[in-house]
Amino acid sequence: MRHTISVLVENHFGVLARVSGLFSARGYNIDSLCVAETDDPSISRMTLVVRGDDRVLEQIIKQLNKLVDTIEVIDLTQEDHVERELVMVKIGANNKVRGEVVEIANIFRAKVIDIGCDAMTIEATGSQDKVRAFIDMMHPFGIKELVRTGNVAIARSPK
Amino acid sequence: MKKSGAEIIVALLERQGIEVVAGIPGGANLPLYDALTGSRIRHVLARHEQGAGFIAQGIARATGRAAVCFGTSGPGATNLLTAIADAKLDSVPVVAITGQVATSLIGTDAFQEVDTYGLTLPITKHNFIIRDAAELLEVIPEAFAIAQSGRPGPVVVDVPKDVQQQFHEFDAWPELGVPRTVSDVDETLISAFLDRLHQAERPIIYAGGGVIASDAADALAVLARRNNIPVALTLAGLGAFPCDDPLYLGMLGMHGSRATNTAMDEADLVLALGVRFDDRATGRVADFCCHGSIIHVDIDPSEIDKIKPANLAIVGDVGKALCAVSQQVRLQDRAAWNSRITELKAAHPMVPPVFPSMFNPVQLIERLGELCGPETIITTDVGQHQMWVAQAYPFRRPRTFQTSGGLGTMGFGLPAAIGAALACPNTPVVCVSGDGSLLMNIQELATLAELNLNVKVVLLNNQHLGLVRQQQELFYGQRYIASAFQTSPDFAAIAAGFGIRSYDMGTNPNGEEALWHALQQAGPGLINVPIHAAENVLPMVPPGKANHESIGGEAIHASLSA
Repeated sequence: MRHTISVLVENHFGVLARVSGLFSARGYNIDSLCVAETDDPSISRMTLVVRGDDRVLEQIIKQLNKLVDTIEVIDLTQEDHVERELVMVKIGANNKVRGEVVEIANIFRAKVIDIGCDAMTIEATGSQDKVRAFIDMMHPFGIKELVRTGNVAIARSPK
Repeated sequence: MKKSGAEIIVALLERQGIEVVAGIPGGANLPLYDALTGSRIRHVLARHEQGAGFIAQGIARATGRAAVCFGTSGPGATNLLTAIADAKLDSVPVVAITGQVATSLIGTDAFQEVDTYGLTLPITKHNFIIRDAAELLEVIPEAFAIAQSGRPGPVVVDVPKDVQQQFHEFDAWPELGVPRTVSDVDETLISAFLDRLHQAERPIIYAGGGVIASDAADALAVLARRNNIPVALTLAGLGAFPCDDPLYLGMLGMHGSRATNTAMDEADLVLALGVRFDDRATGRVADFCCHGSIIHVDIDPSEIDKIKPANLAIVGDVGKALCAVSQQVRLQDRAAWNSRITELKAAHPMVPPVFPSMFNPVQLIERLGELCGPETIITTDVGQHQMWVAQAYPFRRPRTFQTSGGLGTMGFGLPAAIGAALACPNTPVVCVSGDGSLLMNIQELATLAELNLNVKVVLLNNQHLGLVRQQQELFYGQRYIASAFQTSPDFAAIAAGFGIRSYDMGTNPNGEEALWHALQQAGPGLINVPIHAAENVLPMVPPGKANHESIGGEAIHASLSA
């Protein structure tokens, strides 16, 4: 099963290597990993999307908790949360199809962020499902390059 | 005050109470060595950094406190890796301080540069690279705190040469790094433990290195005796329960006796105390203790349910848990269960030697046990001799047995023995080794000779990698490859060459007397004991099989007597 795990870590040298090394050393599968500093620059937040059965997940969380630099590990999958991913897609698009591309982009509330004579780059944000759907819609135009951030996620405030 | 990074390190080590540091100097840690001049720390010059790492382990395993080793950058650090990985797998508190090339050279493939931080990431409990001498005031105490807190383990502190030389001005020394206090075990969990135990008909204790690490052997004995629970130990747990107690079952697992493994199988409640369900202990996991429920007590939460789900889990200090449990446990005689154990022991005795003689390894280990006092510290290398010691040596006290259990590092025994003797100068130390293993760190005989410590090396010499040969015999159709040494050195002559008194029982008409005589002498000694290459460690659970499917031992004996 797919889990989104949010990890607060000390923003120390090598902390990313420590976390990614843990996953490779123990043979855990990782779909995406997103990391940046928080409001407090001495602390970073990592959002990991991982796959595994309950037993593997339990081990992943326990092993992450064992790292000296780890402050907190939250399995967001266990609670109500919002996930977002950003994708930038560069597609081949001359003046004949530009209008069509922009129309689709609008449906996805995506933005054109760069344009050239035979290509344009569109930025879309959303859940992984939405991002995937958007990419599928872009395929027919010919994807030249694609870059995704991987998921970030945050727990919803209590209603 | 104003001090250099190197001076800060040495002063902080002194303040931590470090008396001995093992290591080897080199270009990138010379400032650190310079700062040792005039320090009250005694430096032990090993002959290979791996030796230095195992000397530190020997000290740490004997005392339970963190010990320190030094290595230079590049090969100094890579040579330390095996000893550090070994400390990780056996949860030994070691602080390794490595020199690194100057900050300005990092990343340039400088002379003797290697990414020590990256290399040691997966084999340490934690590691540091220092960018500024000021950080040392925080990092060195923290390294000791981490190494000794909770489940102990190794910590590496990598210090670039310019940081060692950089002067830093500061007002006060930091607090010492001490183990963080562990909270008491929840009373409701203790009650749940006791309820399950009191209701059980056939409980068994499966105790490991965690009991020794938390100094819980006394509490274990109280619990076992008050409630009459038989006790099986893991390799790392040997010494945690006295072998002469009738409740003692010896080591379980791959080379455990049939009686012990059968008892584990018949138990209706397994008290897993400071253990990690290692594959050598459990055999095929699905079949391990499959007729009983499991209470697992361990300080490391990630060990709970890692291999085998527990019916009741207590995350915490096994010593605290055992104290609480042993104070409240009911007196129960468990006559039926213990008579069943007696029956099992009678039905499956340790195999008597086919050809009794001093050169039968099991008999030799038993005799060694008679000649050595209960305080004697035994270290081993890895292989058949290690398993014979585990099966036959009469361990009576915790911290009297040092062996590389998790990583299984050949070459561990001699430097670990040196460390043990440095930590316990009035205690005899015996390193039981094999000819394959001893050669892997034989250079430390020079260190031993220099220190003139009371360490005896008993070398079981079969001119083979014996456990490899045994596996080839049993599981690879007797196709022997790369397990026999075509030439064998004269170990007695080698020891003599290092300046160590040596004995060769092979050339001595009265072997037993020679062994006794050798052990009586003060100072270092090596006793070469030729043993037959066909001697196997039995019984043995074949890889992938369940513990009740062990082979050898009595079967061989029966066929010979038939």
